[in-house]
Amino acid sequence: MGFISRGFRGKRRDTASSSRLPPGQYIVTDYPVLSAGPTPHIPLNEWNFVVEGEIDKPKSWSWEEFRKLPTEQVTKDIHCVTKWSKFDTGWTGVSMDTILEGVETAAEFTVQFSYGGYTTNLPLEDLTGGKAWVVFEFDGQPLHPEHGGPARMLVPHLYFWKSAKWIRGIRLVKEDEPGFWETNGYHNYGDPWREQRYWGD
Amino acid sequence: MLTWQLGELAELVQETPKVASLVLKMPDWPGHLAGQHVDVRVTAEDGYQTERSYSIASSPEDPRLAITVERLDDGEVSPYLVGELRIGDKVELRGPIGGWFVWRAADERPLLLVGGGSGVVPLMAMIRHRAAIKSTTPTRLLYSSRSQDDIIYRAELDRLVSRADGLTVAHTLTRMQPTGWKGYARRIDRAMLGEVAWPKVQAPLIYVCGPTPLVESVASVLVEMGYDAGSIKTERFGPTGG
Repeated sequence: MGFISRGFRGKRRDTASSSRLPPGQYIVTDYPVLSAGPTPHIPLNEWNFVVEGEIDKPKSWSWEEFRKLPTEQVTKDIHCVTKWSKFDTGWTGVSMDTILEGVETAAEFTVQFSYGGYTTNLPLEDLTGGKAWVVFEFDGQPLHPEHGGPARMLVPHLYFWKSAKWIRGIRLVKEDEPGFWETNGYHNYGDPWREQRYWGD
Repeated sequence: MLTWQLGELAELVQETPKVASLVLKMPDWPGHLAGQHVDVRVTAEDGYQTERSYSIASSPEDPRLAITVERLDDGEVSPYLVGELRIGDKVELRGPIGGWFVWRAADERPLLLVGGGSGVVPLMAMIRHRAAIKSTTPTRLLYSSRSQDDIIYRAELDRLVSRADGLTVAHTLTRMQPTGWKGYARRIDRAMLGEVAWPKVQAPLIYVCGPTPLVESVASVLVEMGYDAGSIKTERFGPTGG
């Protein structure tokens, strides 16, 4: 331990929550909003979700079709690179394992792309194996547009910018393609437990 | 690679009863763009650490680095930075961070800056940068505060406007207005934006920063009014944690 901030004591928290809190983070109980531009408003009858790229036949679901897929309810801690973490957030959505079922691909990487133009990249293996969902309910209520509704990605093991709001689809790619924040100074992978916030972390 | 650095508090400027600017001497500052932020890390004697992000308030041309911090009464870090910290104390930080909510003077589009509360901080870095390099880019700031006493950088904004180099500032006070107040006295709405914003045909570059409800509302209204969503950059300052 090097530098000590003279006079700083900090608010103490119990050990149980400390062990769930990645380095540099603090706990919030409300739900802050972060995005880089205006919130898109997508009518459900115009919404669709696609899987494209390195796939023989791209897949596409309308809202109605998508809502017929089997859903899961998950409770996860989420961690934003702007330092807040929120524990035990409850979501309803479709697992990426369900969405990618039967897909044969040579791709090792993915790009999530959104209504409004946002993109973020991930290795394919971070979307499969019960690690990622397309969610449309938060705490049992339809997801509000400012939090990414009608549907957003939930990839809770990484910083939350890796969970695209207003998700429109997943592109399967052979070569990694850094997305919006990844080309604006933020880490390419974003593991909160290794504090991978920025380029070079 | 953004490494942690120690800055020395050279000056503490009380901007409003709740807001202060920390002016820091940074021996190895790599330079920054107007609109970027820094991460501040504080460490207690027992090794407990936590971090917060703060927008940079100073222009890139300023040899000292300033951040402006709003003291949140139930916060963990802001009451320390604005209250405990003394001149000569060291502050650990790294940056600059963020490549999106930044203004580069080479972009000659007219600027519309819309700020609420301490959301004015990164916009002030842009305004100071513009003044420091003697840019005449037409620039309008629409700035929402609760009361006159809550206006951050008020005297400096007045002074910069008086240079008559293309900067104008419109204030709105949402909770309390002094007698004889000539500015706006309500939350920012469509009519106000219609009066303050550059006409659409001028294709302004727009930066909006403030609490989430203000940013959501202003950005949505601007899109409804027909401004290009791709030219509207937003950043939110929730009074969260702090």
